[in-house]
Amino acid sequence: MTKSNTITKATVAHVVKLANLKLTPQELELFTRQLSQILEYVGQLEQVDTKNIQPIAQITGLENVERSDEPTTQPLTQEEVLFNASSTHNNLFKVKAILKESSDM
Amino acid sequence: MRLNELTIKDAHEGLKKKQFSAVELTKAVLSEIKKKEKTIRAYITVTEQEALDGARKVDQLITDNQPLGPLSGIPVAVKDVISTQGVETSAGSKILEGYIPPYDATVVQKLREQNVVIIGKTNCDEFAMGSSTENSAYQKTKNPHDTTRVPGGSSGGSAAAVAAHECLLSLGSDTGGSIRQPAALCGVVGLKPTYGRVSRYGLIAMASSLDTIGPIAKTVEDAALALTLIAGHDPLDATTRNVPVPDYTKKLRDGIVGVRVGVPREYFGQGLNTDVRKMVERAIKQLEEQGAKVVEISLPYQEYALAVYYIIVPSEISANMARFDGVRYGKDRAHFGDEVKRRIMLGTYTLSSGYYDQYYNKAAKVRALIKRDFDEAFRKVDVIIGPTSPSVAWKFGEKTDNPLEMYLSDIYTITANLVGIPGISIPCGQVQGLPVGLQIMGPHFGEEKVLQIAYAYEQTTK
Repeated sequence: MTKSNTITKATVAHVVKLANLKLTPQELELFTRQLSQILEYVGQLEQVDTKNIQPIAQITGLENVERSDEPTTQPLTQEEVLFNASSTHNNLFKVKAILKESSDM
Repeated sequence: MRLNELTIKDAHEGLKKKQFSAVELTKAVLSEIKKKEKTIRAYITVTEQEALDGARKVDQLITDNQPLGPLSGIPVAVKDVISTQGVETSAGSKILEGYIPPYDATVVQKLREQNVVIIGKTNCDEFAMGSSTENSAYQKTKNPHDTTRVPGGSSGGSAAAVAAHECLLSLGSDTGGSIRQPAALCGVVGLKPTYGRVSRYGLIAMASSLDTIGPIAKTVEDAALALTLIAGHDPLDATTRNVPVPDYTKKLRDGIVGVRVGVPREYFGQGLNTDVRKMVERAIKQLEEQGAKVVEISLPYQEYALAVYYIIVPSEISANMARFDGVRYGKDRAHFGDEVKRRIMLGTYTLSSGYYDQYYNKAAKVRALIKRDFDEAFRKVDVIIGPTSPSVAWKFGEKTDNPLEMYLSDIYTITANLVGIPGISIPCGQVQGLPVGLQIMGPHFGEEKVLQIAYAYEQTTK
């Protein structure tokens, strides 16, 4: 199998960050090994000649499915929408701040 | 025969003729659940009170001489990845522990409209990712035929509940075999409909270009009854097609004389257990004796199907799982189990800049070639037939350390999802007391033909 189908621990660590996951060092070790095995296996697709083949992302044959711009169901109440939230404030979802306060703003 | 062991068809007759009440039927199922759940553990949630209330409503309809639908008053279990308003829907994951959907999935809505009695939510691999139900964050469901073995997956709870007579019917979801493979391993009937035949609105998505919802039943006729109820166009799922829904029981008895049955040689190669192979070959012979015309066919790109599947599925998973942010619902992402994390990482990688063409785009092209294989095959044959699973049910823990080996148990079922065609698994005998499944696949929206052939075969086994 070609080298391009193995994955390094550093790459897995980067992917973990992109996917907003957290792994212990042991998990990182284990998953790097398992992901390498899987990538090696799927690497066999390189053997397939796909010249002039159009990729398909779905198989329905449906295109540009539209609907009239009207609500189709009874909308949920604010109470229902917030029911499963871990944290709310003034009937809104509470999220972590993503911007830092700056003195010159 | 005890009431919980009845088929839907017989239970419906019994209700109509007032041989027993819907409450008695539901109580028979509930008492079986109480008796068996200590070992089988098919259910994550049992909705006893709601079920009894629903059954009483049906009894009132009967008393008032109101017309009954074919599934009215029938106790049905629903896989825990399908949203049920007011009833916890965990998807077998700790991240959704305690999550109460504010709305019903369309299929559940359809059950309610016909006064089906929803008996509970069944166990599954976390977010339906797995082939043995061992990836559930809650419990291990046992195979009713041998409790030291897995029920298959991911709809293992749904299949085990039907096999153990803890419900009369269940709904499952199938992204790569998750209805058909556990149905095969538990010795019941599992139907994966055409992609776009049944609405997925309210299904907690895994891989959106492959996910389907379908029934797991005791008989082919029951599966046909259930499909007739849940199929159809839904404005809330843009992938459903506006194709008329027939009464799928109508053509069951049309026989199979002259039906062209394709047997792909790629489904009988290396990796297939010899005893399973014998049972499937015997079943094909029985169909031939009934008048079917058996044609050997070839699906040359089959050998790449698993590789395609394990690029496309994780890619779509990494996108679908991004919604779990712990803000609107669910807990934080630390609560994902190992298989979910594995697939998110794999998909994030295969979609990432620099690898997209090498992996996702390549897989999407080979997927087109696999589809071409099937398109060509269906010009020559009416259905394609083979084993559902390469082996019978295996022991707990046997494949958990090696993800690839687990994936291989879906080798014969994933292609129907990649191509979007319907497939059914029906029991075709046993190997040392463990059920073997026969798979019948048809062209897009060819469910009637698939059911007709499945029914004809089922009659030979009675």
